[in-house]
Amino acid sequence: MRQGIKIGLIGGIIEVLLALVGMVEAFSQRYIISDVISMGQTLLLVVAMFTGYLAAKRTNRSEPLWVLANSLISGLIIGGLLSLLVILGSMVRLRAVFINASPDLFKLLTFNQGIGTGILLLLIFGTLSSSLSGLLFLSPSLLRGVLIRSLAGVAMAGLLQDLLRAIFAPWGPIAEINQWFFPINGLTVQGAVSLFILIAAISYFWRKSGSKMKTSLRRLPPTNQRVLRITSSFLLAVILLALPQILGLFLSEVLTIVGLFVLLGLGLNIVVGFAGLLDLGYVAFFAIGAYTVAVLTSPELGFLNLSFWGALPFAIVAGVVSGILLGIPVLKMRGDYLAIATLGFGEIIRILVLSDFLRPWLGGAQGIAKIPRPSIGSVEFATPQQIYYLILAGCLLAGFISWRLRDSRLGRAWMAVREDEDVAQAMGINLVAAKLLAFATGAGFSALSGAIFASKLGSVYPHSFSVMISINILCLIIVGGMGSIPGVIVGAIALVGLPELLREFAEYRLLVYGAALVAMMILRPEGLWPEAKRRQELHREEAPEIESASGAASGK
Amino acid sequence: MPMLEVENIHTYYGQIHVLKEVSLSVEKGEIVTLIGANGAGKSTLLRTISGLLRPRLGSIRFDSEDLIRYLAHEIVVKGIVQVPEGRRVFGQLTVMENLEMGAFGCKDPKLIRTNLERVFTLFPRLKARSKQVAGTLSGGEQQMLAMGRALMANPRLLLMDEPSMGLAPVLVDSIFETIQRLNTDGTTILLVEQNARMALQIANHGYVLQSGSVVLSDTAENLRANEMVRKAYLGEM
Repeated sequence: MRQGIKIGLIGGIIEVLLALVGMVEAFSQRYIISDVISMGQTLLLVVAMFTGYLAAKRTNRSEPLWVLANSLISGLIIGGLLSLLVILGSMVRLRAVFINASPDLFKLLTFNQGIGTGILLLLIFGTLSSSLSGLLFLSPSLLRGVLIRSLAGVAMAGLLQDLLRAIFAPWGPIAEINQWFFPINGLTVQGAVSLFILIAAISYFWRKSGSKMKTSLRRLPPTNQRVLRITSSFLLAVILLALPQILGLFLSEVLTIVGLFVLLGLGLNIVVGFAGLLDLGYVAFFAIGAYTVAVLTSPELGFLNLSFWGALPFAIVAGVVSGILLGIPVLKMRGDYLAIATLGFGEIIRILVLSDFLRPWLGGAQGIAKIPRPSIGSVEFATPQQIYYLILAGCLLAGFISWRLRDSRLGRAWMAVREDEDVAQAMGINLVAAKLLAFATGAGFSALSGAIFASKLGSVYPHSFSVMISINILCLIIVGGMGSIPGVIVGAIALVGLPELLREFAEYRLLVYGAALVAMMILRPEGLWPEAKRRQELHREEAPEIESASGAASGK
Repeated sequence: MPMLEVENIHTYYGQIHVLKEVSLSVEKGEIVTLIGANGAGKSTLLRTISGLLRPRLGSIRFDSEDLIRYLAHEIVVKGIVQVPEGRRVFGQLTVMENLEMGAFGCKDPKLIRTNLERVFTLFPRLKARSKQVAGTLSGGEQQMLAMGRALMANPRLLLMDEPSMGLAPVLVDSIFETIQRLNTDGTTILLVEQNARMALQIANHGYVLQSGSVVLSDTAENLRANEMVRKAYLGEM
């Protein structure tokens, strides 16, 4: 009982905060299911259901009635706290403090019904949603898994409707499906229902016979497995090549941004994930790469007017050299001290390129423009769809290098340094060389990303290289799984791609980052797609199959 | 000519003078033990020999070669390998990977294989758990792994820092048996131990360290009989 109250209070406070920071209102314009349920309402619903589920799970007694009572109470508290907010809002002008506590918000919260009925509805909403998830918790695990997956699937389809609509749009007859599923804003009711049934059927089938299929796959003779692996990587390659054509202009643009961050993430993954050196000034190398290309190619400054390809090697060398130059003074530093020192380095570079003193060479606050686009022969990489291939090539190269490095002597040395510097040294590892090589490799990847970034935008400005980029990259590595190469890709899609797609999130990006990181640390500390070994520490049985999966995804 | 000769070294942690004019020598094939209270400088001495710390004054010679000009990772290749205090295995790597890390400085695959076999005969437990993540091993197994990892580096002189720390009495016995066995196999051992009774039983020579200086050095037998040692370190009245 006490657990229910406690968890209910936490959930309720979260909901009130979500309402007060304006997320509920901002998200109410977009519908998950047309004219039935908006994204804002879904947000409240998801939090309420999660709270109810948690309350049910934390119940001390195992009798179903107690479990249900606990989740019910937590829901009642959520409804109550939201009602309190509504009452408070009707009595005091909350807007003086919380600028987002607008009349529209309260209309939303009371379901447009006035205070009296609204509060009643809120209480019903809270109790209903959380006791539903209490029921869900009590139901047999097969049913529970299927239901949770289908609900999440429908919500995701609603969230990513723009993406899905764009994918289906150019395909002639299939475009009809669009009309049926997503007319303009949100899923249709029949679309949502059929999607729910479809996902439920698939996940039911998977739960029933998925493990059997997996074992029979593993029992296949090695030659067949080889054929299978080659076909699947071939398919993956075809999809990767065709992606910009399928996705169209806007989504390709998103894809190129994700790709640049994957490249950055792969580099930082070597420094932080492999060698365990917490580098918060990583954006500096991105800036160095971008500015090297800009200075060498832009006719605005007119130093050398090299082509992109002429400048690229210089950019990478500049990145590597500055990685080593940063590495030397911080060789003896560990942990927090290293983080602070590198943070300073990142700021130094940003301030240098911003300074008036260096303006004749680096453009100062105005930056450098007119950077030519890269081209091969007469083909110019101008549109996002074309730049994509350049970035893809960069990512594949970086992915291949990090994959090979991970299992090399150097990779092992990095891992030993990450685990214990002293012992690594006592095992015969040259600490200085290992650390400097980690900094240099990471910086090289970052500079490559910066070089492509500069020629993609056609201009560079100091404010593109703020410390937030470093933090972003670090976050995506943590969310993806430290030291895991496919994890970087998953992390970049989750933390860079999704916010681009869900424009409503833009304002709340940092809030969502923070929440996502805290949630990750509690629910899945090893990351979304962790290295096999990390996972093995927590779940010992499932290790072997992950190995092959991560191998395939890292671009074999 | 002793295998290892430490002469009048002074080691500092920043401003703090830890080792004051310490001298010590280890003959080939011996077990030499360092005993002393907490903070006497035993671990500091080992870390100075293995190159993790640098003495300000004095000399360290190994096979008549000056060691001080070498870095820690080069000293490993010379044949001095340390089993660090508190085991310090690489917790997120598997047992096998830990052992492979031990052979980092060794470039002869045949030798690595022989060493691996030797480690697995000494510690069959490690073979059974070779794919397990080292952080999930028990304390005793981690100590075995730390010793095995050091053996993979092909040591001629093994520096062991408190191998019995935090282990159950039964395990302590077996660890000491292993140390003796390594010694009869031809490895010279410099052993730091708080368990002075056990250490003096298996050692040939002993040094007593007190606040950074050697106050007593003799054969283990004589030390066991020494009045001061018996009172201060063996707990006899």
